Amino acid sequence: MGPTTQRGIRTLPPVISDEPLIHLASVSVRAGATHILRDLDLDVRAGEALGVHGANGAGKTTLLRLAATLIRPSSGSGTVLGASLNSESRYDVRHRIGYVGHVPGLYPELTLRENLEFTADAHSIDHTAVASALDMVGLGAASDRQADRCSHGMQRRAEFARVLMTTPAVLLLDEPHSALDADAVDLVDAIVERTTASGGAAVLVSHDRERVSRVADRFVEISAGGVA
Amino acid sequence: MGFFSQARLITSRDLVRERRSGEVLWVTLPFGAIALLLVPMAIGTDAPLLEQVGTGLFWAIVMLFGVLISIRQTTGETQAQRDQLALTGIDAAAIYVGRATASFVLLVIFEVVLGLVTIVLYDVPVSGWWLVPILITIVAAGLSLLGTLAASIVSTGRNAAALVPLLVAPLSIPLLIGATQALEVLDLGGSSLAWVLMMIVSTLVLAVAGVLSARPLQEI
Repeated sequence: MGPTTQRGIRTLPPVISDEPLIHLASVSVRAGATHILRDLDLDVRAGEALGVHGANGAGKTTLLRLAATLIRPSSGSGTVLGASLNSESRYDVRHRIGYVGHVPGLYPELTLRENLEFTADAHSIDHTAVASALDMVGLGAASDRQADRCSHGMQRRAEFARVLMTTPAVLLLDEPHSALDADAVDLVDAIVERTTASGGAAVLVSHDRERVSRVADRFVEISAGGVA
Repeated sequence: MGFFSQARLITSRDLVRERRSGEVLWVTLPFGAIALLLVPMAIGTDAPLLEQVGTGLFWAIVMLFGVLISIRQTTGETQAQRDQLALTGIDAAAIYVGRATASFVLLVIFEVVLGLVTIVLYDVPVSGWWLVPILITIVAAGLSLLGTLAASIVSTGRNAAALVPLLVAPLSIPLLIGATQALEVLDLGGSSLAWVLMMIVSTLVLAVAGVLSARPLQEI
């Protein structure tokens, strides 16, 4: 078992590599005639936590979805975990990417436990990990509650429990501290630290630069679709 | 995790969600039965006429409401849910097959219950009773594949759900005509084989189209 950070979250052995885990070169993303990202260059290396900030509509969420391989660049090239964003190989690395958007993606009719068990099954993870992940985020007692009967904050905690369970190599967080209480904010920081300590990389998009600076190694500002 | 295990996982998830929401059982199914009830009220208690139109009406209502059943989960899914599903690494084709399988199960239940209502209300003679389960199975398979494919096409577009009928109506015609004609031909002493084969071919084409287009459609 590897070293532990606060809250007893287990870390994985570090992966030593000089290759950036996220590499974007002159990447543009267009929606119709509108440029959402324009000629963006960005590298995020193993062990690094990058904070991203910028005005509303600057393209921060699109950057995260691009790094999550959920959208393809309109032009330019990039790799995530060594897989090209323009090739089929990006499908093979998706299960190693953890993405927590600002809107929870839980199924409302399923309980928190069932939501996580679904992910666990897809990742071939034993169901015992579900209970421990929910316990870690303080949702052990609410595990059998349907997601649509949980508060927004509880749903966000459940999303972080999913990340704890799947131990992604690339962690992408969109406004990770919003709707969370102080305990949960500490938990988010611990998850980021665990990911980077394990040789992974994290990207945190946030308006709250001060809060993110507790874990981010460096910041970039996105303005008009590019790195300012 | 293999392809069919992934598909089974999606099917199981969709059926649990349906069991909790009860959308098909408590909303769509009663509406379908009411639609069957409204026609005799509109045209009067003309028993021979009702007997004559009963079978065709049953299939028409199955088509209309069946599409609603087969698109419900996909079109109702949020972007966040789609993102999380994609990041599980489950093959997009397995997602398609799994969703269609869940819809197939629900459609079979829907058709059986509505079929019984039709027999009671319209006094339809069940002369080709041995063929009915075959037709119910093929129609359920075809409609579930078609609805899941159409929903995947329109699910990412703004207000695109309104396009579903435009996509589904023409493509469901072979199923509708095949199902009604297969029973009618049998009643007249002919062979239904050609109609059944046409339905099977339509269903297979939909299955292949859905599997092949699943990955590109996931990224629209």
